[in-house]
Amino acid sequence: MSTTTHQPQKSEISFTVNGQRATVHAHPMERLLDVLRQQVNLTGVKEGCGEGECGSCSILMNGVLVNSCLVPILQANDADIITIEGLASQDRLHVLQQAFLDCGGAQCGICTPGMILAAFHLLSKNPQPSREEIGEALSGNLCRCTGYTQIFESVAEAARRSTGR
Amino acid sequence: MRAFDYVSPTSTRQAANLLSSTWGNTEILAGGTDLLALMKEDVVTPKRLVNIKEIADLRGVKSDSSGLRIGSLTTLAEVAEDAGVREKYPAFAEAVREAASPQIRNMATVGGNLCQRPRCWYFRNGLGLLPKDESGKELVEEGDNRYHAILGNDGPARFVSPSTIVPVLIAYGAKVRLEGPKGKRELPLEKFYVIPKTDRDREHDLLPNEIVTEVVIPAANGWKVAHYEIRQKAAFDWPLAVAAVALKMDGSSVQAARVVLGHVAPTPWPSPQAEAALKGQPANEDSAKKAADAALANAKPLSQNAYKVQLARVAVKRAILKAAGGAA
Repeated sequence: MSTTTHQPQKSEISFTVNGQRATVHAHPMERLLDVLRQQVNLTGVKEGCGEGECGSCSILMNGVLVNSCLVPILQANDADIITIEGLASQDRLHVLQQAFLDCGGAQCGICTPGMILAAFHLLSKNPQPSREEIGEALSGNLCRCTGYTQIFESVAEAARRSTGR
Repeated sequence: MRAFDYVSPTSTRQAANLLSSTWGNTEILAGGTDLLALMKEDVVTPKRLVNIKEIADLRGVKSDSSGLRIGSLTTLAEVAEDAGVREKYPAFAEAVREAASPQIRNMATVGGNLCQRPRCWYFRNGLGLLPKDESGKELVEEGDNRYHAILGNDGPARFVSPSTIVPVLIAYGAKVRLEGPKGKRELPLEKFYVIPKTDRDREHDLLPNEIVTEVVIPAANGWKVAHYEIRQKAAFDWPLAVAAVALKMDGSSVQAARVVLGHVAPTPWPSPQAEAALKGQPANEDSAKKAADAALANAKPLSQNAYKVQLARVAVKRAILKAAGGAA
């Protein structure tokens, strides 16, 4: 059993993010969102509402999609994290990123990293989702620009391209 | 947030001993989806946070002679994907799939869902569970009460019980198991919820140093169960009314019924009136409508929520018809 005090002492916390080991010093209840942005410089993780409503801070933690604004950093110790920065390989965009570009799935861009990670999580479990399944999988992600139609189309297009249909 | 101790026990016994025997000093952290917002807004200000995520015993879905046992740390996503839950308790699986968003379901736990705090905006703004102004005037009664209770609201509590999965669990006859420093106990889930009389009380029967360890759902053999929610948005929204119905049929007539409403009262709201109205009747449009009228006969809307009475009636009627038409 471990005991720590939230303030003023910081704890050492290590996790893997986009395949790289990261060690940070943070208060136990600091949000994973802030640590990723400020200490690991992964600013593709966006803060929208800060209370789990909008999904723009979505990341994958140990293979599941979570809102990083609701994860106290201590619960991310030893976790395996993927952010939007981890999807492209070298200078090649991920199939979802290319489909969002080609289909106009991004407008102002704030919701886009979360949308793409939610879609990535969906396609990893269900490579050929129906329109309804796409809507359900993105229901925790709000977009105030596109009206969702192009976003759904981007995900469907990425599914078609990756399954060769 | 304020300073507090953060402890990570590895057994339920350890955790119970780290919890205070009075409310307000300590809080349990599991999925954190409700607690973090409450702490950020200073609605709760614990001096110690007990992280129970390291207690492996509280995780997972098991099956034994008492029925299906769901560990309190099991996430909503894990429950929704569990083959046994989907096969034997489809109405429960549906209610879980409809709760919150994919991201929240991946973090939120069953125990946390049972113990989540009300969504009442006076409470969430730090004005208390039974909010009053300096002159003692009740804020909900005087103020914006469009989402508040229409049943069991004689006062002083007028919030609605927030869980959307508890009504259908009660319809299935679920029990909740608790553990504290004095040992273990088990309650029918409907007895777990109480209407607080003072601001020092909570909205459930949990002692401040007890932990929800398991939910047990008995075998649903012979029961046809359905869950129905009415909301403003199709996805990721709190319902305006919930109804859960379990029917045991004898040929074409109802031998026994359980009818439980949600989001209408400070507790989940079983309706013996609706159950009596269904007994011995065929399950059809006419009997469903009569049962729905019986369920809402005692409704007393506040100044802005009379519309909820009709919505709750419709939810009950549709849940009865859905149960009658569906499988167990």
